[in-house]
Amino acid sequence: MPVLVNADTKVICQGITGAFGAQHTKGCLEYGTRLVGGVTPGKGGTKDDNGLPIFDTVRGAVDATGAEATMIFVPPAFAGDAILEAAGAGIRLICCITEGVPVQDMLRVRMRLDEINLAARGADTHPTENLITLIGPNCPGIITPGPKTGRGDSAGDPYTDSGCKIGIMPGYIHTHVSESRLGKTIGIVSRSGTLTYEAVWQTSQLGFGQSTCIGIGGDPVRGLDHTACVELFDQDPDTDGILMIGEIGGADEEDAADYIKRHVKKPVAAFIAGRTAPPGKRMGHAGAIISGGQGTAESKIEALRAAGVSVAESPADMGRAMAQAMGMG
Amino acid sequence: MKVHEYQARELLASAGIPVPPARVIESIDDAAGAYKDASRDAGTDLVVVKAQVHAGGRGKAGFVKLVRSASEATDAARFMLSNRMVSVQTGAEGIEVKKLLIAAGVDIAHEYYLAVTTDRATRRNVLIASAEGGVEIEKVAEENPKAIIKTPIHPLMGLQGHQAREVAFKLGMKGKQIGQAVKIMTALAQLYVDKDCTLAEINPLILTPPTADAPDGQLLAIDAKFNFDDNATFRHKDVQAMFDPAEENPGELRAARMGLSYIALDGSIGCLVNGAGLAMATMDIIKHHGGEPANFLDVGGSASEEAVTEAFRIILADGTVKAVLVNIFGGIMRCDIIAQGIINAARNVENTDGSKGFQVPLVVRLEGNKVEAGRELLRAAASDLPTLQAADDLTDAAKKVVGAVG
Repeated sequence: MPVLVNADTKVICQGITGAFGAQHTKGCLEYGTRLVGGVTPGKGGTKDDNGLPIFDTVRGAVDATGAEATMIFVPPAFAGDAILEAAGAGIRLICCITEGVPVQDMLRVRMRLDEINLAARGADTHPTENLITLIGPNCPGIITPGPKTGRGDSAGDPYTDSGCKIGIMPGYIHTHVSESRLGKTIGIVSRSGTLTYEAVWQTSQLGFGQSTCIGIGGDPVRGLDHTACVELFDQDPDTDGILMIGEIGGADEEDAADYIKRHVKKPVAAFIAGRTAPPGKRMGHAGAIISGGQGTAESKIEALRAAGVSVAESPADMGRAMAQAMGMG
Repeated sequence: MKVHEYQARELLASAGIPVPPARVIESIDDAAGAYKDASRDAGTDLVVVKAQVHAGGRGKAGFVKLVRSASEATDAARFMLSNRMVSVQTGAEGIEVKKLLIAAGVDIAHEYYLAVTTDRATRRNVLIASAEGGVEIEKVAEENPKAIIKTPIHPLMGLQGHQAREVAFKLGMKGKQIGQAVKIMTALAQLYVDKDCTLAEINPLILTPPTADAPDGQLLAIDAKFNFDDNATFRHKDVQAMFDPAEENPGELRAARMGLSYIALDGSIGCLVNGAGLAMATMDIIKHHGGEPANFLDVGGSASEEAVTEAFRIILADGTVKAVLVNIFGGIMRCDIIAQGIINAARNVENTDGSKGFQVPLVVRLEGNKVEAGRELLRAAASDLPTLQAADDLTDAAKKVVGAVG
């Protein structure tokens, strides 16, 4: 059982009638994701181009379809509200693709999600299945690859059998373990989109499959962090190695290094982008900025190495660093 | 987004935080009148003239001056408005100064530091205060971390009175100073949220010496700095209006208008990449192989022909660029379409002499969907684009482009 999503995960799209939402709804259907509907307020009762039912509210979509996951494509000004609507409607996994959500919105949204989760946790210490998981915002999403059907690229004839892609990543670069040369799987977690694809590509080329790939996003305040994903992969029996791709800014990678040192037995490799980034300049992502001497690539690399992580010197060597960590390099 | 000191003062004043009287002038002729106004309002002959630029190092560059007469104020204004300011933060060419702040001088009994920012680790806005104000807070944090008081602010409740009082007592304040400080801290915390700031800083917040009217002195904000969340300016027309394009790098400004993310750097190798993380990683691999990146440039996920053309223009407008590396991971979009876009853009890009077509070495690395077709197109285009080279992989691309610069 891979991490967070699998062939049975029923997914809806919030913002399904927008250009971006519609395009990627189609892409996910073609990959083989079990997309069951979408939400656009005011368009409830209609269907999208793929024949998926559209609802006015997330609650309506959940009641009618039993959806448990959502991907959000609504504009930044409404993204925080969309996340909380999903949380309130009983969605378990919320994937916010939207880029450009204001930080103050995310502070309030995260606090509310933490409150809901705290209340749900109650006396039980391990009911993870009852908790809400947010991925993003400003992220490519999450994918658990499935075996390729060897056939088409349409919703009626999907690219994989039992794959689940929730987001905007190119599905075809991923490899299911059954089709990997080495028969080993890597769990990948990353703050960056295209750099994740690069890592997926490299590991696939080297003969690995991927268990699940999670793009946690480039914003300073977000849902899942590196540590939580490393923990999920470490506990997943279907993940053999963990590849973590970080970047400058914040202390997420240092925190993960600390967790790895204390708990993780599986091989871990990493790459940190932004060694050459000057302080005070925001490198595209709102979260990728070195400020007050904090969040440098050096401090992250040092912390990871001290935790026994195999850190790639060059972005061309992410796959090789993983292979080395697994004793297969 | 950053704003000028005079705009920061206006924001503070609008929130009820006391600032010394001041005027903003744009011409030398207005200096004498502004001096007289500021001097009269504050009842002192001591006035400070400050150049309004975002760059730091103003004092050392001679662009902050204390003056004691209208003629001294005029001389200072003449110097600042007719010379470019060169400081460690501006580069050798310096920057033009268009506005001056003329503010009444104040006697200072003590300098404090006060700021609100967002702590991403705890996901809270925090009030940061120190009794060691007037200097760089990073220095204080490094040398005497205990001198910095951090107070988390609840996202919905805001800064509470008891929190602000506790900070004021810890800063060593007493009597009427406490009430003044609580009011200032509360207003600053509220302003931070209301305007979607990423930094709201008063440094120094000063205490004036005791007078008959104010036996405990008075707290005043002397200098302030605000940064705003670029993702939230859409809902603040007043913040948008404070944007000063003259303070931005022209290439960065042009890129932003096109929806591209570009940052100019000092090296000689231009980079054009899709995705922020990959763009950073591309800079890193250039450095790893001995080169120096001239810029960070993220053309966005799709890397369309229009975006690439504009990106080439921006990169080549930087005269120091000796070679360009294009690194695209064709995920959703096919590499052959991307390659054709790059070729068309390279053919059509205008040079400084008016001619068209890429002249400096151009190394293109594509990976992903239909990559072989893309590479084939690049090889075929070599006849009319002799500086174009297709790379086999990321390492090959970095070596080729570093080799081309020599």
